[in-house]
Amino acid sequence: MDKNVAAVSMRGVTKTFGGNVIANDNVSLDIYRGEIAALLGENGSGKTTLMNMLAGIYYPDSGKIFIDGREVVIRSPKDAFALGIGMIHQHFKLVDVLTATENIVLGLKEEGRLDLKAAAQRIQDICEKYGFDLDPQQKVYDMSVSQKQTTEIIKVLYRNADILILDEPTAVLTPQETDKLFDVLRNMKKDGKAIVIITHKLHEVKSLSDRVVILRGGKFIGDVPTAETTTQQMTDMMVGHSVALNIDRPEPVNPKARILVKGLTVKSSDGILKLDDVSFTARSGEILGVAGISGSGQRELLEAIAGLQKVKKGSIKYIADDGKESELVGMSPLDITNLGVALSFVPEDRLGMGLVGNMNLTDNMMLRTFRRGKSLFTDRKVPRDIAQDVVEELEVNTPGLDTPVRRLSGGNVQKILVGREIASAPTVLLTAYAVRGLDINSSYTIYDLINKQKEQGVAVVYVGEDLDVLLELSDRILVLCGGKVSAMLDARKTTKNEVGLMMTSLGGRETDE
Amino acid sequence: MNEKKNREPLFHIVKRGEMPWYKAWGIRAIALIAALVICGIITQAVTGDNPIQVYITMFLGNFGTPRRFWVLLQEMAILLCVSLAMTPAFRMRFWNIGGEGQVMIGCLATAACMICLGNKLPAPLLVICMVIASVGAGAVWGFIPAFFKAKWNTNETLFTLMMNYVAIQIVAFFVIVWESPKGSGKIGIINQQSMAGWFPTIGNNKYLLNIIIVAVITVLMYIYMNYSKHGYELAVVGESEQTARYVGINVSRVIMRTMLLSGAICGLAGLLLVAGTNHTVTTTLAGGRGFTAVMVCWLAKFNPIGMIFTSFLLEFLGNGANQISTRFGLNQSFGDIITGIIIFFIIGSEFFINYRLNFRKKAEEAK
Repeated sequence: MDKNVAAVSMRGVTKTFGGNVIANDNVSLDIYRGEIAALLGENGSGKTTLMNMLAGIYYPDSGKIFIDGREVVIRSPKDAFALGIGMIHQHFKLVDVLTATENIVLGLKEEGRLDLKAAAQRIQDICEKYGFDLDPQQKVYDMSVSQKQTTEIIKVLYRNADILILDEPTAVLTPQETDKLFDVLRNMKKDGKAIVIITHKLHEVKSLSDRVVILRGGKFIGDVPTAETTTQQMTDMMVGHSVALNIDRPEPVNPKARILVKGLTVKSSDGILKLDDVSFTARSGEILGVAGISGSGQRELLEAIAGLQKVKKGSIKYIADDGKESELVGMSPLDITNLGVALSFVPEDRLGMGLVGNMNLTDNMMLRTFRRGKSLFTDRKVPRDIAQDVVEELEVNTPGLDTPVRRLSGGNVQKILVGREIASAPTVLLTAYAVRGLDINSSYTIYDLINKQKEQGVAVVYVGEDLDVLLELSDRILVLCGGKVSAMLDARKTTKNEVGLMMTSLGGRETDE
Repeated sequence: MNEKKNREPLFHIVKRGEMPWYKAWGIRAIALIAALVICGIITQAVTGDNPIQVYITMFLGNFGTPRRFWVLLQEMAILLCVSLAMTPAFRMRFWNIGGEGQVMIGCLATAACMICLGNKLPAPLLVICMVIASVGAGAVWGFIPAFFKAKWNTNETLFTLMMNYVAIQIVAFFVIVWESPKGSGKIGIINQQSMAGWFPTIGNNKYLLNIIIVAVITVLMYIYMNYSKHGYELAVVGESEQTARYVGINVSRVIMRTMLLSGAICGLAGLLLVAGTNHTVTTTLAGGRGFTAVMVCWLAKFNPIGMIFTSFLLEFLGNGANQISTRFGLNQSFGDIITGIIIFFIIGSEFFINYRLNFRKKAEEAK
């Protein structure tokens, strides 16, 4: 195959939504075989839309697409597969009750009878060739997130795709899983496949990709060989102006115990132990980072404090400024509010829990304020003012206050959620994956906001997945492993390696307290 | 020259953004006109009757005489009342299809008061009893499935549906108990001489009181849904129970409270039917309004003001269909066919309001 002809060439591709939103504006780019290209851009810069046009999910308004120099028309995912293009989406599309093999062959129209054994063999071969680790007979509901992702990737390879697009594949992986994935991707590259990876994590871009393609505001900004660029340069190109890439960590001022958790044990509704005898203290004016492999009990921990999780055993005490202690276990969120505890919670599931996607900005702000006053009727003026403030202060990009929040991009949705939670002047702020899926610029805005809360004496609990950030932002780090406290570390003294180790095995070491 | 592997498809379906209301209504109007044209062609082809005449007959069936007009308004009022009752439940995504049963039980409670207390209590006291009984009965009928849903997460669709049959059978039982005259198998007009418990006529229009009551409920429901804390809470529960719990809304309580209201208004519709218009009870008195109301709600997207139009549309078509069948000697089914086609087009027009078709540019144009 001629190396100099691009595997994929997009020329002047434009895509608009609803007439007024321009997702991609006259974008031209090339993707070559035997190369990993990283597609970079802020939230809403049109990366996913652009790739969806290759995958046949959207159809461009104008522009041309060439595969191996031949002009093609991609009308549907079926056309895309026929051209050897496969996309692994952020949200997996698997049938839970089927096995890996069944999911992989699903939808294929092969001649003759369905031969699952032969299919399993082929899957095994693919696994060996690229270094995947997958049991073809495993049911999807038994799989970890990383195994599900592997299934999705093999599904695409099974259809003989040689142009692979991965949309934020590492957002849900642990550092170890990420390394494994990257090894596999490098093997594929050696095999001559063209790979595009969409990501926000610049250190991954640096370690994995050969070339960086940058989009901003739907426009093609440039592409550079990864070796010739720096994190700072990539960020500046993405954002359009210079951004300072460091996180402040002011010393905690007069920290006092605010939340006292003792022997907290939580079981899920189907009886699985999620938190096992967890004890720790969160202090005012301090950021307590929580690290752990996804599903180690982080969610249950925050929800238990917020009154959303049934607690089996243990206690959660809130200590007010005047020293008054109140027990939060057994209380509903409303009870906690009525107690005068200003507790804010930024949940992991933004549109499923934190916000109502179909409601506009004002009505979403009203979720926290509507109960105020004795009137039977709602007051929309206060939430409207809050919404206006949040939009202005956090630079939320929205057509207006009456836009349903589901129409906004991920970063803007998160700004609204965090903005609302901070607007109620909390004394405790719980955040779960506050920057998941956010671009650099938005992430740093959120870090700044959290730091401001810390300086105002708020006890912040920050559940995160990016260890670099956890180490830079937190004062102390609580490491969870399988629902147990593995370690409580001083974030100023520990290392990424140590935290990673504690995440996978119970350490029991305490450098703090 | 590169050769294209595939031809560009004829058109693409593209989601639209926000659309100004006048444009949306324009599309609906075009759909209605298209429906009338199609119906006209079918009428001409199948029956040989002049479609224009058919449409005029439909119109006259509703507006031809003052009496027909009043009947239209009265029917519309009852249907609207049941639809308004469904609104809060549907906005909460509680699929209450038990309107029929809730109306029937309200009818029965009203009739029970009229029969048992009719000539024993002074008129104002009797009416108060009837109101309390009918509203209370409907509320209980709505509350039962809500309670089970809130406590044990039972399926409300099946539950409310079954409650319909229970209500109808209870009515059937009492129809025999209160049979009059004996052996006729029906209740007949209750208190025909004394007219005890009958709603008063305002001026000469015996339906006017019903219409006024429903008009007031419409306005109240609009305010309740859009400006009250309750209305906001139930909307949040409908959108996401998780979010509701997260902000401290007691989901079970909201479900039960909303269904109490929903059932209560259905019971009130039963009161209007018995005390306001029919003055008797039969097992078919609700006449499928509990189900038609579902359509009224959906067509209006749960907006009480929009429901005025959708309930008018459905009643207009129903009355018109009746008129066609008598005037042209066709059977009832033909009227139903026309009604079906018109509703199909109106629902179909929603597709064109939400999506746009982008047609392939002509090859010449591209060059």
